[in-house]
Amino acid sequence: MAVRVQREDFDIGAEIRRLTADRTDIGAVVTFTGIVRGEARGQPISSMMLEHYPGMTEQELARVEDEARKRWPLQASLIIHRIGDLKPGDNIVLVITASAHRHAAFEAAAFLMDYLKTRAPFWKKETGPDGTGHWVDARESDEAALERWRS
Amino acid sequence: MIQSQTGRPIRLLYFAWVREKIGRGEEQVELPPHIETIADLIDWVKTRGPEYAAAFERSDVIRAAIDQRHVRHTARIDEAREIAFFPPVTGG
Repeated sequence: MAVRVQREDFDIGAEIRRLTADRTDIGAVVTFTGIVRGEARGQPISSMMLEHYPGMTEQELARVEDEARKRWPLQASLIIHRIGDLKPGDNIVLVITASAHRHAAFEAAAFLMDYLKTRAPFWKKETGPDGTGHWVDARESDEAALERWRS
Repeated sequence: MIQSQTGRPIRLLYFAWVREKIGRGEEQVELPPHIETIADLIDWVKTRGPEYAAAFERSDVIRAAIDQRHVRHTARIDEAREIAFFPPVTGG
């Protein structure tokens, strides 16, 4: 179980190998990768800046991870979220879940992303080719996605 | 109920467009004794200058955290040391 907030890119293959090294209790690994799109609101974007709340971010991600562990039998999990200046095509976030069987890994990965998106204190600012910046608005659909986990 | 002490020092943090509108990311302030909740604090912060009034104009959309935990505007401040204000989060 681990949480990292970093400027650097991540290597998905290397992270999976690290989680599963020397273990034979893991039968399923699911990964989710979020990537910067080159377009927003029908306009091209040239860069995206990710701001966060140092200290609270790590705590909030750890709380979300703890909650996932209570709900599913996870053998391992990892959340990496990047901060700073990113370009279209760059990785933003990586979630990896590992379990004995696939259902727990799939569900826990979806749960982690849904909670991360509505709880972890990150904010995105997109900049267009003309240099104008725009803070990304929160989506109601992200909040609605949590309903799935409340039953 | 314990009477609040005058001028309790507290650290305020601002993020994203709240930070940009105010023109700073953090500050140390002394809270007047009548401030008991996040909503009270927002009403008081708004009076600190036009940049604060602009940042908190739509205060219903602004989220708050007390000592790095999400709270509602009705939450009591009590012995908080750090309070943050920010727009709804957009990570992931």
